[in-house]
Amino acid sequence: MSAMPSIKSREIKIVQEIPISKTVKFWEGLKEGKVYAAKCTKCGRLYFPPAADCPECLTSNMDWVELSNEAEIETFTHVVVRPTTFQQSKPYTVAIGKLAEGVKVLAWLTGFKLSQVNVGMKVKLMAKVTPEGNPTYEFVPP
Amino acid sequence: MRKVAVIGVGNSKFGVRNDVNVAELAFEAVKPSLEDAEITAKDVEFVALGSVGAGAWYEELLPAVVTAEYCGLTKAGLVRCEAACASGSAAFFTAYSAVASGQVEIAMALGVEKMREIDTPTAMEWIGRAGYYLWEFHNFGMTFPAYYAMHATAHMAKFGTTEEDLALVAVKNHKYGSMNPLAHLQNRITVDDVLSSMVIASPLKLYDCCPITDGAASVILASEEKVRQLGVDTPVWVAGIGYSSGTANLSRRRDYVGLESSVYAAQMAYKMAGVTPNQIDFAEAHDCFTIAEIMAYEDIGFCKKGEGAKLIREGQTEIGGKIPVNVDGGLKAKGHPIGTTGCSMIYELTKQLREEAVEKSRQVPLKNYIGLAHNVGGTGHYCYVTILRR
Repeated sequence: MSAMPSIKSREIKIVQEIPISKTVKFWEGLKEGKVYAAKCTKCGRLYFPPAADCPECLTSNMDWVELSNEAEIETFTHVVVRPTTFQQSKPYTVAIGKLAEGVKVLAWLTGFKLSQVNVGMKVKLMAKVTPEGNPTYEFVPP
Repeated sequence: MRKVAVIGVGNSKFGVRNDVNVAELAFEAVKPSLEDAEITAKDVEFVALGSVGAGAWYEELLPAVVTAEYCGLTKAGLVRCEAACASGSAAFFTAYSAVASGQVEIAMALGVEKMREIDTPTAMEWIGRAGYYLWEFHNFGMTFPAYYAMHATAHMAKFGTTEEDLALVAVKNHKYGSMNPLAHLQNRITVDDVLSSMVIASPLKLYDCCPITDGAASVILASEEKVRQLGVDTPVWVAGIGYSSGTANLSRRRDYVGLESSVYAAQMAYKMAGVTPNQIDFAEAHDCFTIAEIMAYEDIGFCKKGEGAKLIREGQTEIGGKIPVNVDGGLKAKGHPIGTTGCSMIYELTKQLREEAVEKSRQVPLKNYIGLAHNVGGTGHYCYVTILRR
């Protein structure tokens, strides 16, 4: 990749196994069409992304609360130039939406023409499993 | 805490530096900084190195030991600092603290980054993963331009900032880059060039984004006693340092029209220095993307929230304006070797405050002899603000 003289480093492949034992309810919930947030049983704070521990009261007693699916878009972008592991995807729109419960979610926004998307727009948050079998969630038209 | 001065600075040529490895690149900054301070490597008691891509975009996992050996700094106390794109400022703060606390008399903050040994999509992958991999990259492929693009979208929706306003930042910084021989990008551009460049992450286009750059910068700090002992002609004093951080998840921020960590870090630095924003003669602001410079004007108090675009439209951040910003080309044109940038900002402040900016055409007028460096890591994930005074 360079006209300058160089030596190629040895090649390695990196795949990390990310533990999800403490949030497995969340990942399983996505497969059942539900998006859960974690709620602290002591102070009542709601966490999304879900947390197994509350940093405010240092308790690990959390409840799982299913989120309503009503959201309002706070901001968004359409990602054209994509990183290596998203080269196979078409350009995608990512948005941050505020849910009725007050927490915010960052996720792909699908089912709209880019020109129709704007700040303040009402959308629906939907759990889904990708064709490759990965549980995820997206914003879609209400 | 003791008074601490910058007594030596060095900055390599920025650009695609496939002619040198990480240690050789660091040497290009270390050598002039030692010569500038009129000391030897053996006099440096502690070295804090800012670098992010160790083992990711360049091959060395322990760049601090590799560069220290290559530059004759072995035996000094040594640490690598990571604060994403603010790693250079984190290194500066670490070196400053070592001297201010009385632990050492002379310390070095060294920034070095080699980002061009891998292909561009892989560089975007690594930088995109830097945030919260699990929640914002794994399923959603957020890139670094995308994080700032979300701020641009929100700023435009709330304050009516336009794509033309963003373009003006790029035009200004390319103009000054063209006057700085160290800069990566030296071409002057027009608003139309920016608006017609390819979309990276809407509304940001190619010319709204800083380049991916290799570069190194070195700063030598000394105690007041050492400054006197060495007979330093023009010490530049560290007047204030502020720092703060923001959530890893962008979804957990209050809003997307500014960076709260910039606000807190700036307030802290002003308080320590005992100055107000209108006493600052000139600034280096973190312009990794054009929207970042506009938000910085507001967050560090050069104008009210929402009025950043007005400042650039009126030319107030050019030389001759109210507060010149990034007259070395900024990250946008000088380039952004991410672990280096903080130290490179200190290099520029020091040169300007000593009135020895390489090119007289871009010397800022000095009234109070005070300059400010604002260095953000990630998208407000980290922030450091440093105020220097001659």
